[in-house]
Amino acid sequence: MFLNKIIGAEASLRTKIVSLVGLLILFTVPLLANLFDEPFLVDIASRILIYALVAVSLDLILGYGGMVSFGHGAFLGLGAYVVGILTHHSYEGTAVAFLPGEWQGTTQAFIQWPLAMIFSGLLALIIGALSLRTTGVYFIMITLAFAQMLYFFMISIPTYGGEDGLNIWERSEIPLLDLYDAKSFYFTCLILLLLCLWCCSRIVKSRFGMVLRGCRQNEVRMKALGYPVYRYKLIAFVLSGMIAGLAGALLANHTEFVGPGLMHWTGSGEIMIMVILGGMGSLIGPVLGSAALLMMEEVLAGWTEHWMIFLGPMLVLIVLFARKGLYGLLIGKGADNG
Amino acid sequence: MADPILEVISLTKCFGAIAASDGLTFSVKRGTIHGLIGPNGAGKSTAIAQLSGELQSDTGRVRFDGQDVTRWPVDKRARSGLQRSYQITSLLPEFTAEDNVAMAIQSQQGHSFRFWDNARKDHSLRIPARKILERVGLSDFADSPVMDLAHGQQRQLELAMVLATAPSMLLLDEPMAGMGQSESLRMMELLRPLKGDVTMLLVEHDMDVVFALADMITVLVKGQVLITGAPDEIKNHPEVRRAYLGDY
Repeated sequence: MFLNKIIGAEASLRTKIVSLVGLLILFTVPLLANLFDEPFLVDIASRILIYALVAVSLDLILGYGGMVSFGHGAFLGLGAYVVGILTHHSYEGTAVAFLPGEWQGTTQAFIQWPLAMIFSGLLALIIGALSLRTTGVYFIMITLAFAQMLYFFMISIPTYGGEDGLNIWERSEIPLLDLYDAKSFYFTCLILLLLCLWCCSRIVKSRFGMVLRGCRQNEVRMKALGYPVYRYKLIAFVLSGMIAGLAGALLANHTEFVGPGLMHWTGSGEIMIMVILGGMGSLIGPVLGSAALLMMEEVLAGWTEHWMIFLGPMLVLIVLFARKGLYGLLIGKGADNG
Repeated sequence: MADPILEVISLTKCFGAIAASDGLTFSVKRGTIHGLIGPNGAGKSTAIAQLSGELQSDTGRVRFDGQDVTRWPVDKRARSGLQRSYQITSLLPEFTAEDNVAMAIQSQQGHSFRFWDNARKDHSLRIPARKILERVGLSDFADSPVMDLAHGQQRQLELAMVLATAPSMLLLDEPMAGMGQSESLRMMELLRPLKGDVTMLLVEHDMDVVFALADMITVLVKGQVLITGAPDEIKNHPEVRRAYLGDY
Protein backbone atom coordinates (compact mmCIF):
# COMPACT_ATOMS: atom_id res chain seq x y z
CA MET A 1 0.00 0.00 0.00
CA PHE A 2 2.76 2.42 1.03
CA LEU A 3 4.74 1.72 -2.10
CA ASN A 4 1.65 2.32 -4.18
CA LYS A 5 1.24 5.70 -2.59
CA ILE A 6 4.83 6.65 -3.32
CA ILE A 7 4.57 5.64 -6.95
CA GLY A 8 1.26 7.46 -7.19
CA ALA A 9 2.65 10.61 -5.62
CA GLU A 10 5.78 10.51 -7.75
CA ALA A 11 3.76 10.00 -10.88
CA SER A 12 1.48 12.86 -10.10
CA LEU A 13 4.52 15.07 -9.49
CA ARG A 14 5.85 13.91 -12.83
CA THR A 15 2.50 14.69 -14.39
CA LYS A 16 2.69 18.18 -12.96
CA ILE A 17 6.22 18.71 -14.23
CA VAL A 18 5.38 17.44 -17.68
CA SER A 19 2.25 19.62 -17.87
CA LEU A 20 4.18 22.64 -16.64
CA VAL A 21 7.00 22.17 -19.14
CA GLY A 22 4.41 21.62 -21.85
CA LEU A 23 2.57 24.81 -21.00
CA LEU A 24 5.85 26.74 -20.85
CA ILE A 25 6.78 25.54 -24.33
CA LEU A 26 3.32 26.30 -25.70
CA PHE A 27 3.32 29.85 -24.36
CA THR A 28 6.85 30.63 -25.54
CA VAL A 29 6.58 29.27 -29.09
CA PRO A 30 6.19 32.73 -30.67
CA LEU A 31 9.15 33.99 -28.63
CA LEU A 32 11.31 31.03 -29.62
CA ALA A 33 10.32 31.48 -33.27
CA ASN A 34 11.49 35.09 -33.08
CA LEU A 35 14.67 34.04 -31.34
CA PHE A 36 15.61 31.54 -34.02
CA ASP A 37 14.29 33.81 -36.72
CA GLU A 38 11.96 31.11 -38.03
CA PRO A 39 8.54 32.82 -38.11
CA PHE A 40 6.89 29.91 -39.92
CA LEU A 41 7.29 27.87 -36.72
CA VAL A 42 4.32 29.75 -35.27
CA ASP A 43 2.30 28.65 -38.26
CA ILE A 44 3.21 25.00 -37.77
CA ALA A 45 2.54 25.29 -34.06
CA SER A 46 -0.94 26.69 -34.74
CA ARG A 47 -1.65 23.74 -36.97
CA ILE A 48 -0.48 21.41 -34.21
CA LEU A 49 -2.85 23.08 -31.73
CA ILE A 50 -5.79 22.80 -34.12
CA TYR A 51 -5.16 19.13 -34.75
CA ALA A 52 -4.63 18.65 -31.02
CA LEU A 53 -8.13 20.03 -30.51
CA VAL A 54 -9.71 17.56 -32.90
CA ALA A 55 -7.57 14.71 -31.51
CA VAL A 56 -8.77 15.54 -27.99
CA SER A 57 -12.35 15.46 -29.24
CA LEU A 58 -11.80 12.00 -30.72
CA ASP A 59 -10.09 10.83 -27.55
CA LEU A 60 -13.14 11.81 -25.53
CA ILE A 61 -15.19 9.13 -27.28
CA LEU A 62 -12.39 6.73 -28.26
CA GLY A 63 -10.23 6.74 -25.16
CA TYR A 64 -12.95 7.29 -22.58
CA GLY A 65 -16.06 5.94 -24.29
CA GLY A 66 -14.54 3.11 -26.33
CA MET A 67 -16.22 4.34 -29.52
CA VAL A 68 -13.84 3.80 -32.42
CA SER A 69 -15.15 6.52 -34.71
CA PHE A 70 -13.38 6.34 -38.05
CA GLY A 71 -15.24 9.31 -39.45
CA HIS A 72 -14.05 12.21 -37.38
CA GLY A 73 -12.89 14.02 -40.48
CA ALA A 74 -16.55 14.62 -41.29
CA PHE A 75 -17.04 16.84 -38.25
CA LEU A 76 -13.73 18.63 -38.77
CA GLY A 77 -14.60 19.15 -42.42
CA LEU A 78 -18.14 20.35 -41.81
CA GLY A 79 -16.90 22.89 -39.26
CA ALA A 80 -14.41 24.16 -41.81
CA TYR A 81 -17.06 24.31 -44.53
CA VAL A 82 -19.41 26.35 -42.33
CA VAL A 83 -16.72 29.02 -42.04
CA GLY A 84 -15.80 28.68 -45.70
CA ILE A 85 -19.38 28.97 -46.94
CA LEU A 86 -20.32 31.90 -44.69
CA THR A 87 -17.19 33.79 -45.72
CA HIS A 88 -17.78 32.94 -49.37
CA HIS A 89 -21.26 34.48 -49.37
CA SER A 90 -20.21 37.43 -47.30
CA TYR A 91 -17.41 38.10 -49.80
CA GLU A 92 -19.54 37.63 -52.90
CA GLY A 93 -22.62 39.31 -51.44
CA THR A 94 -24.87 36.38 -52.35
CA ALA A 95 -27.41 34.54 -50.26
CA VAL A 96 -26.47 31.33 -48.49
CA ALA A 97 -27.74 28.35 -50.46
CA PHE A 98 -30.04 25.71 -48.88
CA LEU A 99 -31.22 28.25 -46.31
CA PRO A 100 -34.50 30.16 -46.37
CA GLY A 101 -34.22 33.94 -46.50
CA GLU A 102 -31.52 36.10 -47.94
CA TRP A 103 -28.77 35.84 -45.36
CA GLN A 104 -25.48 36.74 -46.96
CA GLY A 105 -23.22 35.05 -44.46
CA THR A 106 -20.80 36.73 -42.13
CA THR A 107 -17.14 36.86 -41.25
CA GLN A 108 -17.73 37.41 -37.53
CA ALA A 109 -16.02 34.65 -35.58
CA PHE A 110 -18.58 34.84 -32.78
CA ILE A 111 -21.28 33.81 -35.25
CA GLN A 112 -19.22 31.56 -37.52
CA TRP A 113 -17.53 29.42 -34.92
CA PRO A 114 -20.58 28.62 -32.77
CA LEU A 115 -22.45 27.80 -35.97
CA ALA A 116 -19.63 25.47 -36.98
CA MET A 117 -19.98 23.74 -33.63
CA ILE A 118 -23.77 23.52 -33.92
CA PHE A 119 -23.72 22.06 -37.42
CA SER A 120 -21.01 19.54 -36.58
CA GLY A 121 -22.94 18.68 -33.44
CA LEU A 122 -26.12 18.10 -35.44
CA LEU A 123 -24.23 15.95 -37.90
CA ALA A 124 -22.80 13.97 -34.97
CA LEU A 125 -26.32 13.58 -33.60
CA ILE A 126 -27.53 12.04 -36.86
CA ILE A 127 -24.47 9.88 -37.49
CA GLY A 128 -24.25 8.86 -33.85
CA ALA A 129 -27.95 8.05 -33.50
CA LEU A 130 -27.64 5.56 -36.34
CA SER A 131 -24.14 4.15 -35.84
CA LEU A 132 -24.35 3.73 -32.06
CA ARG A 133 -26.93 1.02 -32.62
CA THR A 134 -23.98 -1.12 -33.69
CA THR A 135 -20.72 -1.91 -31.95
CA GLY A 136 -17.22 -3.08 -32.79
CA VAL A 137 -16.17 -3.38 -36.40
CA TYR A 138 -19.64 -2.40 -37.61
CA PHE A 139 -19.43 0.88 -35.76
CA ILE A 140 -16.03 1.64 -37.31
CA MET A 141 -17.34 0.84 -40.78
CA ILE A 142 -20.55 2.83 -40.44
CA THR A 143 -18.86 5.98 -39.16
CA LEU A 144 -16.34 5.60 -41.97
CA ALA A 145 -19.13 5.21 -44.50
CA PHE A 146 -20.98 8.31 -43.27
CA ALA A 147 -17.83 10.41 -43.52
CA GLN A 148 -17.19 9.14 -47.05
CA MET A 149 -20.78 9.95 -47.98
CA LEU A 150 -20.26 13.50 -46.84
CA TYR A 151 -16.97 13.64 -48.73
CA PHE A 152 -18.68 12.69 -51.99
CA PHE A 153 -21.57 14.99 -51.19
CA MET A 154 -19.26 17.99 -50.91
CA ILE A 155 -17.51 16.98 -54.15
CA SER A 156 -20.84 17.00 -55.91
CA ILE A 157 -21.83 20.55 -54.93
CA PRO A 158 -20.38 22.92 -57.53
CA THR A 159 -21.71 25.98 -55.67
CA TYR A 160 -19.06 25.41 -53.05
CA GLY A 161 -16.20 24.48 -55.26
CA GLY A 162 -16.91 20.78 -55.64
CA GLU A 163 -13.67 18.87 -55.85
CA ASP A 164 -11.59 22.07 -55.92
CA GLY A 165 -12.88 23.37 -52.60
CA LEU A 166 -13.31 26.96 -51.58
CA ASN A 167 -10.72 29.63 -51.12
CA ILE A 168 -11.30 31.77 -48.07
CA TRP A 169 -10.55 35.37 -48.94
CA GLU A 170 -11.09 36.74 -45.47
CA ARG A 171 -10.20 35.21 -42.13
CA SER A 172 -12.82 35.36 -39.35
CA GLU A 173 -13.08 38.64 -37.50
CA ILE A 174 -12.80 38.99 -33.76
CA PRO A 175 -13.14 42.46 -32.26
CA LEU A 176 -9.79 43.94 -31.19
CA LEU A 177 -7.89 40.98 -32.63
CA ASP A 178 -6.25 40.48 -35.99
CA LEU A 179 -6.34 36.82 -36.92
CA TYR A 180 -4.01 37.54 -39.83
CA ASP A 181 -1.34 38.14 -37.27
CA ALA A 182 0.33 34.76 -36.76
CA LYS A 183 0.85 35.32 -33.04
CA SER A 184 -2.72 36.43 -32.35
CA PHE A 185 -3.99 33.45 -34.27
CA TYR A 186 -1.67 31.13 -32.39
CA PHE A 187 -2.81 32.38 -29.00
CA THR A 188 -6.45 32.19 -30.04
CA CYS A 189 -5.93 28.51 -30.88
CA LEU A 190 -3.98 27.94 -27.67
CA ILE A 191 -6.64 29.48 -25.44
CA LEU A 192 -9.40 27.48 -27.12
CA LEU A 193 -7.39 24.28 -26.75
CA LEU A 194 -6.69 24.92 -23.07
CA LEU A 195 -10.34 25.76 -22.48
CA CYS A 196 -11.36 22.54 -24.16
CA LEU A 197 -8.83 20.52 -22.16
CA TRP A 198 -10.09 22.03 -18.94
CA CYS A 199 -13.75 21.29 -19.78
CA CYS A 200 -12.93 17.76 -20.90
CA SER A 201 -10.91 17.06 -17.76
CA ARG A 202 -13.95 18.07 -15.71
CA ILE A 203 -16.29 16.02 -17.88
CA VAL A 204 -14.32 12.77 -17.70
CA LYS A 205 -14.29 12.96 -13.90
CA SER A 206 -17.96 13.88 -13.59
CA ARG A 207 -20.85 11.48 -13.16
CA PHE A 208 -21.37 11.58 -16.90
CA GLY A 209 -17.70 10.84 -17.49
CA MET A 210 -17.74 7.91 -15.09
CA VAL A 211 -20.68 6.40 -16.95
CA LEU A 212 -18.84 6.88 -20.23
CA ARG A 213 -15.70 5.20 -18.89
CA GLY A 214 -17.80 2.42 -17.43
CA CYS A 215 -19.28 1.78 -20.87
CA ARG A 216 -15.82 1.33 -22.35
CA GLN A 217 -14.86 -1.19 -19.67
CA ASN A 218 -18.02 -3.27 -19.57
CA GLU A 219 -21.10 -2.08 -21.40
CA VAL A 220 -23.16 -5.15 -20.51
CA ARG A 221 -22.59 -4.53 -16.83
CA MET A 222 -23.52 -0.87 -17.15
CA LYS A 223 -26.83 -1.83 -18.73
CA ALA A 224 -27.46 -4.36 -15.99
CA LEU A 225 -26.84 -1.61 -13.44
CA GLY A 226 -29.67 0.33 -15.07
CA TYR A 227 -27.83 2.78 -17.31
CA PRO A 228 -29.42 3.48 -20.68
CA VAL A 229 -25.94 3.49 -22.24
CA TYR A 230 -27.07 4.52 -25.72
CA ARG A 231 -28.10 7.99 -24.54
CA TYR A 232 -24.85 8.61 -22.72
CA LYS A 233 -22.75 7.48 -25.64
CA LEU A 234 -24.77 9.60 -28.05
CA ILE A 235 -24.35 12.75 -25.95
CA ALA A 236 -20.60 12.13 -25.76
CA PHE A 237 -20.53 11.61 -29.52
CA VAL A 238 -22.30 14.94 -30.09
CA LEU A 239 -19.97 16.78 -27.68
CA SER A 240 -17.02 15.30 -29.52
CA GLY A 241 -18.46 16.35 -32.88
CA MET A 242 -18.93 19.90 -31.65
CA ILE A 243 -15.32 20.24 -30.51
CA ALA A 244 -14.17 18.81 -33.84
CA GLY A 245 -16.37 21.40 -35.57
CA LEU A 246 -14.64 24.18 -33.68
CA ALA A 247 -11.28 22.77 -34.72
CA GLY A 248 -12.57 22.76 -38.29
CA ALA A 249 -13.48 26.44 -38.04
CA LEU A 250 -9.94 27.22 -36.87
CA LEU A 251 -8.41 25.04 -39.55
CA ALA A 252 -10.35 26.84 -42.29
CA ASN A 253 -8.90 30.10 -41.04
CA HIS A 254 -5.44 28.63 -40.79
CA THR A 255 -5.22 27.24 -44.31
CA GLU A 256 -7.56 29.89 -45.77
CA PHE A 257 -9.04 27.10 -47.81
CA VAL A 258 -11.59 24.33 -47.35
CA GLY A 259 -11.80 21.24 -49.52
CA PRO A 260 -13.55 17.89 -49.38
CA GLY A 261 -10.16 16.31 -48.66
CA LEU A 262 -10.66 17.10 -44.98
CA MET A 263 -13.50 14.61 -44.89
CA HIS A 264 -11.65 11.86 -46.71
CA TRP A 265 -11.06 8.76 -44.64
CA THR A 266 -7.29 9.27 -44.70
CA GLY A 267 -7.87 12.48 -42.76
CA SER A 268 -9.95 10.63 -40.18
CA GLY A 269 -7.20 8.02 -40.00
CA GLU A 270 -4.61 10.67 -39.30
CA ILE A 271 -6.64 11.98 -36.36
CA MET A 272 -6.91 8.48 -35.00
CA ILE A 273 -3.16 7.96 -35.39
CA MET A 274 -2.56 11.10 -33.33
CA VAL A 275 -4.73 9.76 -30.52
CA ILE A 276 -3.10 6.33 -30.50
CA LEU A 277 0.41 7.73 -30.87
CA GLY A 278 -0.09 10.20 -28.04
CA GLY A 279 -1.98 7.86 -25.74
CA MET A 280 -5.67 7.06 -25.58
CA GLY A 281 -7.65 7.87 -22.48
CA SER A 282 -5.45 10.74 -21.39
CA LEU A 283 -6.29 14.25 -22.47
CA ILE A 284 -2.67 15.38 -22.79
CA GLY A 285 -1.84 12.37 -24.98
CA PRO A 286 -3.66 13.55 -28.12
CA VAL A 287 -1.89 16.92 -27.87
CA LEU A 288 1.46 15.12 -27.82
CA GLY A 289 0.28 12.89 -30.65
CA SER A 290 -0.67 15.83 -32.80
CA ALA A 291 2.66 17.52 -32.15
CA ALA A 292 4.64 14.35 -32.82
CA LEU A 293 2.83 13.42 -36.02
CA LEU A 294 2.83 16.88 -37.58
CA MET A 295 6.46 17.53 -36.68
CA MET A 296 7.49 14.16 -38.01
CA GLU A 297 5.58 14.94 -41.18
CA GLU A 298 7.37 18.28 -41.40
CA VAL A 299 10.84 16.89 -40.83
CA LEU A 300 10.56 13.58 -42.66
CA ALA A 301 8.77 15.13 -45.61
CA GLY A 302 11.81 17.40 -45.97
CA TRP A 303 14.00 14.34 -46.48
CA THR A 304 11.78 12.20 -48.64
CA GLU A 305 8.31 12.24 -50.05
CA HIS A 306 7.90 8.66 -48.88
CA TRP A 307 8.01 9.74 -45.24
CA MET A 308 5.14 7.42 -44.38
CA ILE A 309 7.60 4.54 -44.69
CA PHE A 310 9.17 5.75 -41.45
CA LEU A 311 5.89 6.58 -39.79
CA GLY A 312 4.49 3.08 -40.20
CA PRO A 313 7.15 1.16 -38.25
CA MET A 314 7.19 3.84 -35.58
CA LEU A 315 3.46 3.44 -35.06
CA VAL A 316 3.81 -0.32 -34.84
CA LEU A 317 6.52 0.07 -32.19
CA ILE A 318 4.43 2.51 -30.18
CA VAL A 319 1.37 0.27 -30.27
CA LEU A 320 3.43 -2.78 -29.31
CA PHE A 321 5.67 -1.35 -26.62
CA ALA A 322 4.02 1.78 -25.28
CA ARG A 323 0.37 1.01 -24.91
CA LYS A 324 -0.32 4.34 -23.30
CA GLY A 325 1.49 6.09 -26.15
CA LEU A 326 3.90 8.99 -25.78
CA TYR A 327 2.02 10.20 -22.74
CA GLY A 328 2.58 6.85 -21.05
CA LEU A 329 6.31 7.07 -21.84
CA LEU A 330 6.53 10.51 -20.27
CA ILE A 331 4.37 9.90 -17.24
CA GLY A 332 5.24 6.30 -16.44
CA LYS A 333 3.06 4.17 -14.21
CA GLY A 334 0.56 6.77 -13.10
CA ALA A 335 -0.75 7.21 -16.63
CA ASP A 336 -3.77 4.97 -15.96
CA ASN A 337 -5.25 7.18 -13.34
CA GLY A 338 -6.64 9.65 -15.82
CA MET B 1 -46.18 -12.09 1.50
CA ALA B 2 -48.39 -14.18 -0.65
CA ASP B 3 -48.47 -12.14 -3.84
CA PRO B 4 -45.99 -13.11 -6.53
CA ILE B 5 -43.39 -10.48 -7.41
CA LEU B 6 -42.36 -12.33 -10.53
CA GLU B 7 -44.61 -14.31 -12.83
CA VAL B 8 -43.22 -16.23 -15.75
CA ILE B 9 -45.84 -17.37 -18.24
CA SER B 10 -44.96 -19.94 -20.93
CA LEU B 11 -41.64 -18.28 -21.73
CA THR B 12 -39.86 -19.75 -24.76
CA LYS B 13 -36.52 -19.15 -26.43
CA CYS B 14 -35.24 -21.17 -29.36
CA PHE B 15 -31.73 -21.19 -30.79
CA GLY B 16 -32.28 -22.69 -34.20
CA ALA B 17 -34.11 -25.97 -33.68
CA ILE B 18 -33.15 -26.22 -30.01
CA ALA B 19 -35.58 -24.86 -27.46
CA ALA B 20 -33.38 -23.59 -24.64
CA SER B 21 -36.48 -22.50 -22.76
CA ASP B 22 -39.63 -24.36 -23.63
CA GLY B 23 -42.77 -22.84 -22.18
CA LEU B 24 -41.42 -21.97 -18.73
CA THR B 25 -44.18 -21.17 -16.25
CA PHE B 26 -43.57 -20.46 -12.59
CA SER B 27 -43.94 -17.63 -10.13
CA VAL B 28 -41.82 -16.32 -7.28
CA LYS B 29 -43.41 -15.09 -4.06
CA ARG B 30 -42.35 -11.74 -2.71
CA GLY B 31 -39.67 -11.89 -0.05
CA THR B 32 -38.69 -15.50 -0.60
CA ILE B 33 -35.62 -17.24 -1.90
CA HIS B 34 -36.57 -19.30 -4.89
CA GLY B 35 -34.09 -21.88 -6.12
CA LEU B 36 -33.72 -22.68 -9.80
CA ILE B 37 -31.89 -25.95 -10.34
CA GLY B 38 -31.39 -28.49 -13.05
CA PRO B 39 -28.68 -30.55 -14.70
CA ASN B 40 -26.18 -28.98 -17.12
CA GLY B 41 -27.86 -27.63 -20.20
CA ALA B 42 -31.27 -27.44 -18.56
CA GLY B 43 -31.59 -23.79 -19.60
CA LYS B 44 -31.02 -22.07 -16.28
CA SER B 45 -28.73 -19.36 -17.61
CA THR B 46 -30.99 -18.82 -20.61
CA ALA B 47 -33.94 -18.36 -18.28
CA ILE B 48 -32.01 -15.80 -16.20
CA ALA B 49 -31.00 -13.90 -19.34
CA GLN B 50 -34.62 -13.82 -20.48
CA LEU B 51 -35.80 -12.56 -17.11
CA SER B 52 -33.14 -9.85 -16.95
CA GLY B 53 -33.94 -8.77 -20.50
CA GLU B 54 -30.59 -9.61 -22.09
CA LEU B 55 -32.27 -12.22 -24.28
CA GLN B 56 -35.49 -11.40 -26.06
CA SER B 57 -38.02 -14.17 -25.62
CA ASP B 58 -39.73 -15.69 -28.64
CA THR B 59 -43.07 -16.09 -26.90
CA GLY B 60 -44.44 -15.86 -23.41
CA ARG B 61 -44.69 -13.12 -20.83
CA VAL B 62 -42.78 -11.87 -17.82
CA ARG B 63 -44.62 -9.88 -15.16
CA PHE B 64 -42.55 -8.13 -12.53
CA ASP B 65 -44.00 -6.19 -9.62
CA GLY B 66 -47.39 -5.88 -11.26
CA GLN B 67 -46.08 -4.72 -14.64
CA ASP B 68 -45.61 -6.54 -17.90
CA VAL B 69 -41.88 -6.20 -18.54
CA THR B 70 -41.67 -8.66 -21.43
CA ARG B 71 -40.53 -6.00 -23.93
CA TRP B 72 -38.49 -3.86 -21.55
CA PRO B 73 -34.74 -3.52 -22.21
CA VAL B 74 -32.19 -4.55 -19.58
CA ASP B 75 -31.55 -1.11 -18.16
CA LYS B 76 -35.24 -0.34 -17.66
CA ARG B 77 -35.83 -3.61 -15.82
CA ALA B 78 -32.77 -2.90 -13.70
CA ARG B 79 -34.05 0.55 -12.76
CA SER B 80 -37.40 -0.92 -11.78
CA GLY B 81 -35.60 -3.06 -9.20
CA LEU B 82 -34.89 -6.32 -11.02
CA GLN B 83 -31.12 -6.83 -10.74
CA ARG B 84 -28.91 -9.70 -11.75
CA SER B 85 -25.46 -11.00 -10.94
CA TYR B 86 -23.33 -12.95 -13.37
CA GLN B 87 -22.00 -16.48 -13.31
CA ILE B 88 -18.76 -15.20 -14.80
CA THR B 89 -17.58 -12.19 -12.86
CA SER B 90 -18.62 -8.99 -14.59
CA LEU B 91 -17.18 -5.81 -13.16
CA LEU B 92 -15.63 -2.55 -14.31
CA PRO B 93 -12.03 -3.81 -14.24
CA GLU B 94 -10.13 -0.52 -14.43
CA PHE B 95 -12.04 1.16 -11.63
CA THR B 96 -11.41 0.62 -7.93
CA ALA B 97 -13.75 -1.48 -5.80
CA GLU B 98 -15.28 1.68 -4.40
CA ASP B 99 -15.76 3.12 -7.88
CA ASN B 100 -17.65 0.01 -8.86
CA VAL B 101 -20.06 0.26 -5.97
CA ALA B 102 -20.39 4.02 -6.46
CA MET B 103 -21.43 3.42 -10.07
CA ALA B 104 -24.19 1.13 -8.82
CA ILE B 105 -25.39 3.79 -6.40
CA GLN B 106 -25.19 6.49 -9.05
CA SER B 107 -27.48 4.51 -11.31
CA GLN B 108 -30.19 4.74 -8.64
CA GLN B 109 -29.90 8.51 -8.22
CA GLY B 110 -31.70 9.52 -11.39
CA HIS B 111 -29.94 10.46 -14.59
CA SER B 112 -26.21 10.99 -14.83
CA PHE B 113 -26.21 13.97 -17.18
CA ARG B 114 -24.06 15.91 -14.75
CA PHE B 115 -20.96 17.06 -16.52
CA TRP B 116 -19.04 19.21 -14.10
CA ASP B 117 -18.55 18.06 -10.51
CA ASN B 118 -16.04 15.37 -9.69
CA ALA B 119 -17.99 12.17 -9.06
CA ARG B 120 -15.17 10.69 -6.99
CA LYS B 121 -15.54 13.51 -4.48
CA ASP B 122 -19.32 13.21 -4.27
CA HIS B 123 -20.21 12.19 -0.70
CA SER B 124 -23.70 11.06 -1.66
CA LEU B 125 -22.00 8.33 -3.71
CA ARG B 126 -18.89 7.62 -1.73
CA ILE B 127 -20.22 7.33 1.82
CA PRO B 128 -22.89 4.72 1.00
CA ALA B 129 -20.35 2.93 -1.18
CA ARG B 130 -17.96 2.62 1.77
CA LYS B 131 -20.78 1.30 3.96
CA ILE B 132 -21.71 -1.40 1.51
CA LEU B 133 -18.08 -2.43 1.05
CA GLU B 134 -17.87 -2.74 4.80
CA ARG B 135 -20.98 -4.90 4.85
CA VAL B 136 -19.50 -7.41 2.40
CA GLY B 137 -16.11 -7.24 4.14
CA LEU B 138 -14.12 -5.40 1.49
CA SER B 139 -13.37 -2.15 3.33
CA ASP B 140 -9.64 -2.78 3.18
CA PHE B 141 -9.77 -3.05 -0.59
CA ALA B 142 -11.86 0.02 -1.35
CA ASP B 143 -9.06 1.70 -3.28
CA SER B 144 -7.71 -1.41 -4.97
CA PRO B 145 -8.23 -1.71 -8.70
CA VAL B 146 -10.67 -4.52 -9.37
CA MET B 147 -8.02 -6.33 -11.42
CA ASP B 148 -5.92 -6.78 -8.26
CA LEU B 149 -8.67 -8.47 -6.27
CA ALA B 150 -8.80 -12.23 -5.72
CA HIS B 151 -11.60 -14.14 -7.39
CA GLY B 152 -13.64 -14.55 -4.22
CA GLN B 153 -13.31 -10.85 -3.47
CA GLN B 154 -14.51 -10.01 -6.94
CA ARG B 155 -17.59 -12.14 -6.36
CA GLN B 156 -18.22 -10.30 -3.11
CA LEU B 157 -17.78 -7.00 -4.89
CA GLU B 158 -20.27 -8.07 -7.47
CA LEU B 159 -22.79 -8.77 -4.75
CA ALA B 160 -21.97 -5.38 -3.20
CA MET B 161 -22.78 -3.67 -6.49
CA VAL B 162 -26.07 -5.47 -6.80
CA LEU B 163 -26.99 -4.63 -3.20
CA ALA B 164 -26.04 -1.01 -3.75
CA THR B 165 -28.85 -0.62 -6.23
CA ALA B 166 -31.34 -1.53 -3.47
CA PRO B 167 -33.13 -4.05 -5.67
CA SER B 168 -36.52 -5.53 -4.93
CA MET B 169 -35.51 -8.74 -6.65
CA LEU B 170 -32.19 -10.40 -7.41
CA LEU B 171 -31.43 -12.87 -10.14
CA LEU B 172 -28.37 -14.67 -8.80
CA ASP B 173 -26.63 -16.76 -11.43
CA GLU B 174 -24.39 -19.12 -9.49
CA PRO B 175 -23.14 -16.58 -6.94
CA MET B 176 -20.81 -19.17 -5.38
CA ALA B 177 -19.25 -20.32 -8.66
CA GLY B 178 -15.51 -20.90 -8.24
CA MET B 179 -15.50 -20.04 -4.54
CA GLY B 180 -13.74 -21.88 -1.77
CA GLN B 181 -15.59 -23.38 1.17
CA SER B 182 -15.11 -20.43 3.52
CA GLU B 183 -15.97 -17.89 0.83
CA SER B 184 -19.14 -19.79 0.01
CA LEU B 185 -20.12 -19.74 3.66
CA ARG B 186 -19.49 -16.03 3.83
CA MET B 187 -21.63 -15.46 0.75
CA MET B 188 -24.43 -17.50 2.32
CA GLU B 189 -24.21 -15.37 5.42
CA LEU B 190 -24.50 -12.29 3.27
CA LEU B 191 -27.52 -13.57 1.40
CA ARG B 192 -29.50 -15.04 4.28
CA PRO B 193 -30.33 -11.79 6.13
CA LEU B 194 -31.63 -10.24 2.91
CA LYS B 195 -34.48 -12.69 2.89
CA GLY B 196 -37.77 -10.91 3.43
CA ASP B 197 -36.52 -7.59 2.05
CA VAL B 198 -35.22 -8.83 -1.23
CA THR B 199 -36.72 -11.59 -3.31
CA MET B 200 -34.10 -13.87 -4.81
CA LEU B 201 -34.08 -16.27 -7.68
CA LEU B 202 -31.05 -18.41 -7.01
CA VAL B 203 -29.38 -20.53 -9.65
CA GLU B 204 -26.78 -22.71 -7.99
CA HIS B 205 -24.97 -25.93 -8.63
CA ASP B 206 -24.27 -26.67 -5.00
CA MET B 207 -27.40 -28.51 -3.86
CA ASP B 208 -26.57 -28.08 -0.19
CA VAL B 209 -26.65 -24.33 -0.61
CA VAL B 210 -29.95 -24.36 -2.45
CA PHE B 211 -31.67 -26.67 0.01
CA ALA B 212 -30.32 -24.62 2.92
CA LEU B 213 -31.49 -21.28 1.60
CA ALA B 214 -34.47 -21.75 -0.66
CA ASP B 215 -38.15 -21.59 0.33
CA MET B 216 -39.30 -22.96 -2.98
CA ILE B 217 -37.45 -24.73 -5.76
CA THR B 218 -38.15 -25.04 -9.46
CA VAL B 219 -36.43 -27.86 -11.30
CA LEU B 220 -35.63 -27.36 -14.97
CA VAL B 221 -34.90 -30.22 -17.34
CA LYS B 222 -34.25 -29.71 -21.03
CA GLY B 223 -35.76 -26.24 -21.03
CA GLN B 224 -38.94 -27.28 -19.29
CA VAL B 225 -40.20 -26.98 -15.75
CA LEU B 226 -40.21 -30.45 -14.27
CA ILE B 227 -41.67 -29.45 -10.93
CA THR B 228 -41.97 -26.54 -8.52
CA GLY B 229 -42.22 -27.26 -4.84
CA ALA B 230 -40.85 -26.96 -1.32
CA PRO B 231 -37.30 -28.30 -0.75
CA ASP B 232 -38.46 -31.46 1.04
CA GLU B 233 -40.83 -32.30 -1.75
CA ILE B 234 -38.09 -31.79 -4.36
CA LYS B 235 -35.52 -33.78 -2.44
CA ASN B 236 -37.67 -36.88 -2.39
CA HIS B 237 -39.19 -36.55 -5.83
CA PRO B 238 -38.33 -39.62 -7.90
CA GLU B 239 -38.22 -37.78 -11.23
CA VAL B 240 -35.82 -35.16 -9.91
CA ARG B 241 -33.52 -37.92 -8.72
CA ARG B 242 -33.72 -39.58 -12.08
CA ALA B 243 -32.98 -36.27 -13.90
CA TYR B 244 -29.87 -35.75 -11.84
CA LEU B 245 -28.67 -39.30 -12.12
CA GLY B 246 -28.87 -38.95 -15.87
CA ASP B 247 -31.13 -41.78 -16.97
CA TYR B 248 -33.84 -39.40 -18.01
